[in-house]
Amino acid sequence: METAVSCRSLTKRYGDVLALDALTLDVPAGAVFGILGPNGAGKTTLLRLLTGLAHPTAGEATVAGLSVTAQAPAVHRHISFLDQSPQYYSWMRGRELITFVGELFGLRGADLRTRVDEALALTGLTDAANRRIGGYSGGMRQRLGLAQALVNRPEVLFLDEPASALDPAGRHEILAAIAGLRSTATVCMSTHILADVERICDTVAILNKGRLLVSAPVAELQERYAQPAFELELDTGQGATAEQLVAALRAAPWVGDVTRQGDMVRVIAIDTAAAGHEILPLVAAHGAQLQRFERIRPDLEDIFLRLTAGPTSTPEKVQAS
Amino acid sequence: MDGFPIFLRKELRESVRTNRLLVAVVVFAILGIISPLTAKYTPELLKLVGTSSDGATIILPTPTVKDAITQFIKNVAGTGIFVAVLLPMGLVAREKERGTAAFVLTKPLSRPAFLTAKLVSLGLTLTAGVAIGALATYWYTALLFTPTEVGGFIAASLLVLLSLLVYASFTFLGSTLVSAQLPAAGIGLAGWIVVSLLGIFPNIEQYTPAGLLDPASQLALGLTPQHLWVSIGASVALLVVILLLAWLSFRGQELVTNA
Repeated sequence: METAVSCRSLTKRYGDVLALDALTLDVPAGAVFGILGPNGAGKTTLLRLLTGLAHPTAGEATVAGLSVTAQAPAVHRHISFLDQSPQYYSWMRGRELITFVGELFGLRGADLRTRVDEALALTGLTDAANRRIGGYSGGMRQRLGLAQALVNRPEVLFLDEPASALDPAGRHEILAAIAGLRSTATVCMSTHILADVERICDTVAILNKGRLLVSAPVAELQERYAQPAFELELDTGQGATAEQLVAALRAAPWVGDVTRQGDMVRVIAIDTAAAGHEILPLVAAHGAQLQRFERIRPDLEDIFLRLTAGPTSTPEKVQAS
Repeated sequence: MDGFPIFLRKELRESVRTNRLLVAVVVFAILGIISPLTAKYTPELLKLVGTSSDGATIILPTPTVKDAITQFIKNVAGTGIFVAVLLPMGLVAREKERGTAAFVLTKPLSRPAFLTAKLVSLGLTLTAGVAIGALATYWYTALLFTPTEVGGFIAASLLVLLSLLVYASFTFLGSTLVSAQLPAAGIGLAGWIVVSLLGIFPNIEQYTPAGLLDPASQLALGLTPQHLWVSIGASVALLVVILLLAWLSFRGQELVTNA
């Protein structure tokens, strides 16, 4: 698979602080790639290095096949960057800023006007386009930031907390716009909001204290960290049937433990495959009526907390395939 | 010089929309107007005050064109330099402080183009200010006294402009070194003070930007100044060195994304 961003032993040190520790990472072209980590994990440092705003202490990185250190001006023609708290020229109007950015990318005339209108419409800023940026709210500035980042139709888009200042409706719109870029651009997005990542990212990297803990597709991570557990939600008013079902489950050789809380039954399996095949026939045999049956899959928050929880967490390097 | 014309246009618009140009033009226009007026009417005002308490009469020479020109140069050497020193304090530092430098420099805009556009914009702002001030002085001097020779006056104005550009470059250097406006202004003021202290020594003054002001007065009055080219050469060399230092300081600087 083609790689849009590649880091090899990328290291950044600020005095005694090791902000990024020999990071090796590949971002597949066309992916919406989430960069996760607690505060101080190195997410912003990584984006600063990849956009040429900071220089690596060691290692190297390429974006769109170009070295970010040796070919920074060429890299800038292929990327866009949205800062987490964007500040723009307050004396400019919204449309003026997007036009200015488009002109820096060499756009002119009708093409420029079309792109500017598209970017403003996509980010919901058409009505505010002729207002001074100085009067924009934080959320509007973030939308403007995304609009300026999209006007050049970048190959690689770097977003640092792109939806942090938005209300739920605004977040939904902006995330939909970012998700819509899949396949036409590579998006590298750092964020604290794991629900956002789960919603739109297909691949993630989790960083902690400057080190890469894991990098893999979200589905692969969920599979990898899935517990051998199943959850059954029974229809209400089946007390006796539920008791019989629980007893039958406990007697099954592929079950490790069964717990019941009201209508909810949780089964920890010894043999996950056998449990997956046998639970439903057992439910049917006891005449129990189900509302829901699912294998418990960890959400990204569970995985994130397990990987970043304290000194016991061990680095797991699963490269994105 | 990727992006230079686009960024220069942005700088010029900013200069107008943030009133930087207006401030420079108004200050120099005021200096230009009051200089010949002060030269002309100060003796008359003093006459109105009358004699001193012990009955002695104050005798003042009749004011001339020379007084008007000298007054203009003096005003430029005071208030004018102060404006030139303060004008560039936010040019680079404010962009670094707010994160807008990081914003534009991740676009196809090279660092040489970024700095050069800012310098050209600063130069044009100061040029506009000095031009308006000089025009006002020339006009009022012609009205109140007699017209001076145009060529000499233009040459004098260019020397004044060069002198102001050197002082402004100290702050410009400061603005590239630090990420806040006040320290940048402090560096500019420190440069001004150091150059002024060096100017105390008669043999050194001609090599400082202050050394351009005497030749400027002489040229405006149709005289032939001594050490003209030495002073010009020294100021141009100083300007080039300071701008080179500014470039060296800025070219590899890591930029923050926001305040």
